[in-house]
Amino acid sequence: MQFLYSGITSGSIYALVAIGFNIIYNTTGIINFAQGEFVMLGGMFIYSLLYMMNIPFIFAFPVALFGAFVLGVLFERVFIRYVKVKTELNLITITIAGSIILRGIAMLIWGRDTLLVESFIPSKTIQLYEGTITSDSVLVIGVSLFISFFLTIFFKKTKYGKAFRACYEDKVAASVCGINVKMVVMFSFGIAAFLGAVAGVAVSPITYVTYNDGVMTGLKGFSAAVMGGLGSFWGGIFGGIILGVSEAFFASVFPSGYKDAMAFLIILLILFFRPQGILGRKKATRV
Amino acid sequence: MKFKILVCAIVLVSASAFAEIRLGALFAVTGPASFLGLPEKQTLEMLVDEVNASGGINGEKIELFVYDTKGSDQEARKKFLRLVQKDKVLAVIGPTRTGSALAIKDLAEESKVPLFTCAASRKIVDPVAKYVFKSPQSDDHAVEKIFEYLTAKNKSKIAIMTAQNGFGAAGRDALIAIAPQYKIEIVADEKFRDTDKDMTSQLSKIASQNPDAVIVWGVGPAPAIVAKNFRQLNMKGYLIMSHGVASKKFIELAGDAAEGVILPAGRLLIADKLPENDKYKKLLVEYKSKFESKYNSPVSTFGGHAYDSFLMFKKGVESGGKDSAKIVAAVEKIRNMIGTAGEFNMSEGDHNGLTKEAFEMLIIKNGNWEIAE
Repeated sequence: MQFLYSGITSGSIYALVAIGFNIIYNTTGIINFAQGEFVMLGGMFIYSLLYMMNIPFIFAFPVALFGAFVLGVLFERVFIRYVKVKTELNLITITIAGSIILRGIAMLIWGRDTLLVESFIPSKTIQLYEGTITSDSVLVIGVSLFISFFLTIFFKKTKYGKAFRACYEDKVAASVCGINVKMVVMFSFGIAAFLGAVAGVAVSPITYVTYNDGVMTGLKGFSAAVMGGLGSFWGGIFGGIILGVSEAFFASVFPSGYKDAMAFLIILLILFFRPQGILGRKKATRV
Repeated sequence: MKFKILVCAIVLVSASAFAEIRLGALFAVTGPASFLGLPEKQTLEMLVDEVNASGGINGEKIELFVYDTKGSDQEARKKFLRLVQKDKVLAVIGPTRTGSALAIKDLAEESKVPLFTCAASRKIVDPVAKYVFKSPQSDDHAVEKIFEYLTAKNKSKIAIMTAQNGFGAAGRDALIAIAPQYKIEIVADEKFRDTDKDMTSQLSKIASQNPDAVIVWGVGPAPAIVAKNFRQLNMKGYLIMSHGVASKKFIELAGDAAEGVILPAGRLLIADKLPENDKYKKLLVEYKSKFESKYNSPVSTFGGHAYDSFLMFKKGVESGGKDSAKIVAAVEKIRNMIGTAGEFNMSEGDHNGLTKEAFEMLIIKNGNWEIAE
């Protein structure tokens, strides 16, 4: 049973990152490979605010998230907007470059050391059936469920959410209908960075923060997003948890050294057999 | 023009002829191993200043040539050649990292320049190369010390958990190779990555084997996560770590989970806590207070390796003069030399000269190290 609980813990981290991938995919159709870096930056921001400026958590948390939001918007303004030929491949390449730049800047600012963030809620170990889970993990699981619930409502039911989705379907048609496409794309980067920061803050007490955390987090989150089906928030959660649990069980059966191979094996299998993801729908095309 | 060149040449030649003892040094002052290389450089500069202020070695002052390897093996080779060919040094202290040391081992041998490395791997001095010495303790010494501790406690069933990097792999090899000598049985052999965020699956697997002790070999944040998860799972038995976590950073990261963790470490960390009659105490306390007051940062065992390397070099020159073969012969005759890492007893077949006694078993209590009973 412990493997299941461990899997859910790391799985919910992947899920939060996967949701960030999905937001940008939903509005622009591209994969933002800098998403992992935003998670790292969320952790770094909260660390700086809490321990370098000694701001209480209640204020530090919104400030860190707002900071990430602004950074996300800037990221879009600086890197994405001025690309001349906006093919998906070009934009994705740009996000990879952006992630390397962000990582470099983070290294210059915060150094190479691993930084410690204390638990936000009293740290407790909860005894479950044949295993344990920490209160920090429960928090992460709760946050990821809340966010995907909230986002699904936003995208499905609200006017703005529908505008976001319209941009993904057809940019020209959306702008004809009076939607400011540039604005929507910019905000989607802002929101994705915001969510990345939520994830970064939530997981920082479990994982600590280091400048190069974004690489692995991003890749695992990406596998989770692909597995659940790009664009679907519940798919992201589902994919994240399945990935975390299968990693944990993989480690229990095979030598633990090959644990990371699982994530990549899953990507390959999904891409071979079910490219739209487990919970994803095939894109309908009208002739 | 020709005249000018001639004058320059004469000045250069005479300068090197009348020059003092020329000592080269290679440290990874920047790059990923900078936390090792920087204290090494600072320590060496401090010692050279000190020796020069008190009249030098055999009345001759030391001129120091320090280069930064940036942690790269390629850079280490280049800078070593520069030290030998252009700066014409008598001996070289460093480099910082094992890879770099192995990369220049052959060069030192060919150019017959004594090399006193600050890197740890056993491979640097095994097989022995005539001109290559090493001051840090080997992984084997740490493993022997841990097994000796366990044997004294009548524990023989262990699980090992090693990092998937150079340090972890070397530790794993040593643990597996030495276990039979102490009749220790390894019941689980797990691995983890430096970037892993959750170790409960490996630890659960280990827990099902009920070992007396879990030995973790790694550096950085990952061992701290292992310690946290170990407590979270309420696991029984000893949690033993390598000398790779012998820093305050580990205690800070693991927090309460660090309490009770046992590890082998050099005595420098507990210099203040050693009994008054301890033979290492005077040197360690002296080095610690000098370093900390001069550089305003806590002393580290890595700076200690540069300290010991310099001691070897100094002993070598004191009785061998400026002839490299004689320096080597003199260093090989070093007996009972007290350094920061332990007591050095060199010989022709042992260019490290340390034994497991270089380590002390420590236990973390109240966020600090104590000598483990």
